[in-house]
Amino acid sequence: MSVTPKDVDHVARLAHLSFTDGEKQRLTSELNTILSYMEQLNGLDTEHVEPLAHVIELANVFRPDVRTPGLAADDALQNAPGRSDDFFTVPKVIADR
Amino acid sequence: MHPWVTYDSTLRALERGETTCEQVTEGFLRTIADGTRLNAFLSVFNEKALDRARAIDRKRADGRAGRLAGMVIAVKDVLSMRNEKVTCASRILEEYVAPYDATVIERLLAEDAILIGKTNLDEFAMGSSTENSAFGPVLNPVDESRVPGGSSGGSCVAVAAGMAHTALGTDTGGSIRQPASFCGIVGLKPTYGRVSRYGLVALSSSFDQIGPFAANVTDAARVLQVIAGHDERDSTSAAVAVPDYSAALTGSCTGLKIGLPNEAFGEGLDAGVRAAVEAAIGRLRDRGAVIMPVSLPHVPYHISTYYILMTAEASSNLARYDGIRFGHRSAEARDLHDVYTASRSEGFGAEVKRRIMLGTYVLSAGYYDAYYRKAQKVRRLIQKDFFDAFASVDLIVMPTAPTTAFKIGEKAADPLTMYLSDIYTVSANLAGVPAISVPCGTADGMPVGVQFIGKQFDEATVLSAAFALEHGAS
Repeated sequence: MSVTPKDVDHVARLAHLSFTDGEKQRLTSELNTILSYMEQLNGLDTEHVEPLAHVIELANVFRPDVRTPGLAADDALQNAPGRSDDFFTVPKVIADR
Repeated sequence: MHPWVTYDSTLRALERGETTCEQVTEGFLRTIADGTRLNAFLSVFNEKALDRARAIDRKRADGRAGRLAGMVIAVKDVLSMRNEKVTCASRILEEYVAPYDATVIERLLAEDAILIGKTNLDEFAMGSSTENSAFGPVLNPVDESRVPGGSSGGSCVAVAAGMAHTALGTDTGGSIRQPASFCGIVGLKPTYGRVSRYGLVALSSSFDQIGPFAANVTDAARVLQVIAGHDERDSTSAAVAVPDYSAALTGSCTGLKIGLPNEAFGEGLDAGVRAAVEAAIGRLRDRGAVIMPVSLPHVPYHISTYYILMTAEASSNLARYDGIRFGHRSAEARDLHDVYTASRSEGFGAEVKRRIMLGTYVLSAGYYDAYYRKAQKVRRLIQKDFFDAFASVDLIVMPTAPTTAFKIGEKAADPLTMYLSDIYTVSANLAGVPAISVPCGTADGMPVGVQFIGKQFDEATVLSAAFALEHGAS
């Protein structure tokens, strides 16, 4: 399978990134080079292999259900690009009609 | 004469009353100021470090000092220190200030270490050369026309150039071990889960581990001793007892069974690197180690598996940089969607975008099974190779990197070539096992590292072999 500039547009939209036409062209070629190298994995029979998501055998981790101090609102908001009282602010989401 | 300073030499001088923590810290600050061209640091805690050094001098006088009293440590700028910036060497976090301390920072401070500054890296730890920093590349102090390796290049150079006793780095696919090899120092990646990642900016959560750089194995063991251990704030940190690592540093390797995987000594390995690594293995054999062949048949698949999983996890982790709660927000954005897209596009560098794109692609509908799920399956086969090998040996030995430090710019234009240079380091992250790089000589005047890979949670044996080599080689 080969990555087209259309695929790059689609993935860029999913990733919330924008690129110039030149960057898109370059990315298309780089992704093709890298992904075609990765296709070597298709040569391995893994039909009966369980996927490995976590390298250490861990069961569910529980903690006592008690309140512990969290981040204070001011600390949590100190890096916010936009703030109003104890809220993050963003540009208007719904367009004016 | 090496420029680095071991904690041992400082301890002896402190104990004899020949120096103070303040003087030691001043010395390191001078070296940092004289070496700014190396670009190892993104921020330096001048007054703050000196204040702390004076406080620790008083504690020493009262006999109340902790286990790392007077150890001066540099910290990779991906770890949170309350009220200090964490930039990840990215424009998107250029102004970000951490609201809390990482667990490793808390533990170092509790033992009276002196933190001297935050070090440069490949942006978001994505790279193998520290050329991808938004704040300029780091130079290799052994040969300034060469890269120091990456992604923890700044931390590595801080130690190699005598700007700190030790440093913390992070290792997702070799980012501690490969620079240690390129600059001629010791770098240790602990077992996945051995060290808490609380307060570490996440890159690739099933691979990331924090570990030390040091001028010698003893100092690396000292740092690990303090930072290792379970932390309830990181649910992936393992509740496995931490042994006394200093007890493992005996200098003996008699009877130690070390596996030699043929697959790691094939095509692409520089002849000079091979010669230095084989000579080191010969010295261990002379000192009583038993060298045995082992097989890691999936080595040819390590890079593909690693880069599929790593980019997938990174693309998910980096989704949080959206210009809303923290980080850069584009001044151009008119609506909410613009805030996301423009902020991210302006804030991330080229390699970070490339990996987000790759990771988003392999996770996207229609490709998830072919790439992501396939790679997770191969990862199990890779881990099984290691577990099978460890049924008959205590350790596996291989080069840390296929070459010595390359020239700045040499691989920057070709991402796949850069990825392939991680061939010997990604293995330990894929399998979740501990590994160390320790100097074993030079090739054409540049340092070469040999890598010992151990069983899960058996950092003691890894350190033991590295110490035996360090002391047999001198």
